[in-house]
Amino acid sequence: MDLKELYRDVILDHNRHPRNFGRIEPADGRAEGHNPLCGDRLSVFVVLDGERVADIRFEGRGCAISTASASLMTEAVKGKDRSAIRALFDKVHALLTRPDAAPDGALGKLAALSGVREFPVRVKCASLCWHTLNAALEHGAATISTE
Amino acid sequence: MAANLSLAAPPPFDAERVRRDFPILDTMVNGHPLVYLDSAASSQRPLPVLRAVEDYETHSHANVHRGVHALSQAATAAYEGARERIRRFINARSTREIIFVRGTTEGINLIAQAYARPRLRAGDEILISALEHHANIVPWQMVCEQTGCTLKVAPINRRGELLLEEFLKLLNPRTRLVAMAHVSNALGTVLPVKRIIAAAQSFGAVVLIDGAQAVPHSRVDVRALGADFYTFSGHKLYGPTGIGVLYGREELLAAMPPWQGGGDMILTVSFEKTTYNELPWKFEAGTPNMSGAVGLAAAMDYVESLGVEAIAAHEQRLLQLATAELARLPQIEIIGTAAHKASVLSFTMKGVHPHDLGTILDAEGVAVRTGHHCAMPVMTFFGLPATARASFGCYNTERDVASLVQALGKAREVFA
Repeated sequence: MDLKELYRDVILDHNRHPRNFGRIEPADGRAEGHNPLCGDRLSVFVVLDGERVADIRFEGRGCAISTASASLMTEAVKGKDRSAIRALFDKVHALLTRPDAAPDGALGKLAALSGVREFPVRVKCASLCWHTLNAALEHGAATISTE
Repeated sequence: MAANLSLAAPPPFDAERVRRDFPILDTMVNGHPLVYLDSAASSQRPLPVLRAVEDYETHSHANVHRGVHALSQAATAAYEGARERIRRFINARSTREIIFVRGTTEGINLIAQAYARPRLRAGDEILISALEHHANIVPWQMVCEQTGCTLKVAPINRRGELLLEEFLKLLNPRTRLVAMAHVSNALGTVLPVKRIIAAAQSFGAVVLIDGAQAVPHSRVDVRALGADFYTFSGHKLYGPTGIGVLYGREELLAAMPPWQGGGDMILTVSFEKTTYNELPWKFEAGTPNMSGAVGLAAAMDYVESLGVEAIAAHEQRLLQLATAELARLPQIEIIGTAAHKASVLSFTMKGVHPHDLGTILDAEGVAVRTGHHCAMPVMTFFGLPATARASFGCYNTERDVASLVQALGKAREVFA
């Protein structure tokens, strides 16, 4: 169990200085995510240009893993269309849960989350923002929970 | 100090000797010896408890109160013997006042549904404190929905102490039931329950005390307290999970309808009319948790062999040591600084979310609870999503406190 694998410099940096942090109002889609286990709450706001996410922000309070994951996600999905985002989520999900997941070049900086899979109770921290983004894109406005 | 060497002084509490009774404490966690500081969530079990359960299962198990055969008699004797052991432990008048439940949560729900629900009406009030565990909030909210009565909450101050004057002001003739923790699970605050009970009863209210966090850390005498109802769990008192106790004054229990129906809680059943069993079995429908009851009785024997007061004094020393050590760390804020606390030290570390802190401490072998501690209103009061909570039991040592401090230093390094 190596803490350095979990708390890599990229993670610590995005926790300390989250990118795209804040609200967008009005937004084309927004959703709130909640992890009752640790009390993490975050909101995701998206502005759409057709199928493409033109702008995205998030705000909320959470642990380093959930904050950094959300920050990295906003950087990764901005400018991408829904199908590309869905494909990316699948890759992130595999990275977080499959012990044998090979590094995928498409992940870019998101690969820094690979240490999370050694800490199964923390996988929900890293995936909360993605489920919340999904809800914001699918339903326009929703609250989702990891439980 | 010379005074400690006098012949009258009790022998010092030997936590190292106590640790040998708890085999799980030899576990290695992530390459480090386990430092178990989560007894407020669930304590570990000593060998005498493990052996009592094994002995019951190996030699005495059959269903209780049913058969004339030898094993059924042995099981019934073990189960009812455990009830008598528990009666003595909390000094109840009669075993008719000792109801076995799954735990504190079930004890509270039993009173909510079998005492409060049939009696309370719109306009009546249930009074709790702002320190309560969800288990002492939600069952009353359900009764409010079912009956139209109102839930009132006595406030706390920034130290996490109940504002007794505010509590007293909230009492009135409409107050039918007061439900309060003896010790706060999130902050460790000890509440002045004897005063609370006397004041509430002077308004005609009935009082239920949630003793889950008190029974492991103090001598509880339900008659000296004057409690109408008192409930606690076995697994926080070095006993098994799935067993707990609801104490109730006999006249109150006798006047209550059963909660659950089934076998064991009846005398006769026909399709026209069923007559209920006597106390305490009226409230114990179905085959009970016999091995749990036996294990809990053994846990009480164990606790008394160490001395309840000696355990409490030992834990108090550790709490004071840990409080002083953590207060010296500039990044740490202690949450809950009541004058009178038991066993629990809740805290946050600046710049490190409690969930991250929990993971880093675990990597060092240190087990603490992180989260809202099933007391979200307490967290909201302090403006926090969560805290880390270290809690102490009879087997903790000064070395455990040192390990905690060292692991907190590691967290500071990781998040430097």
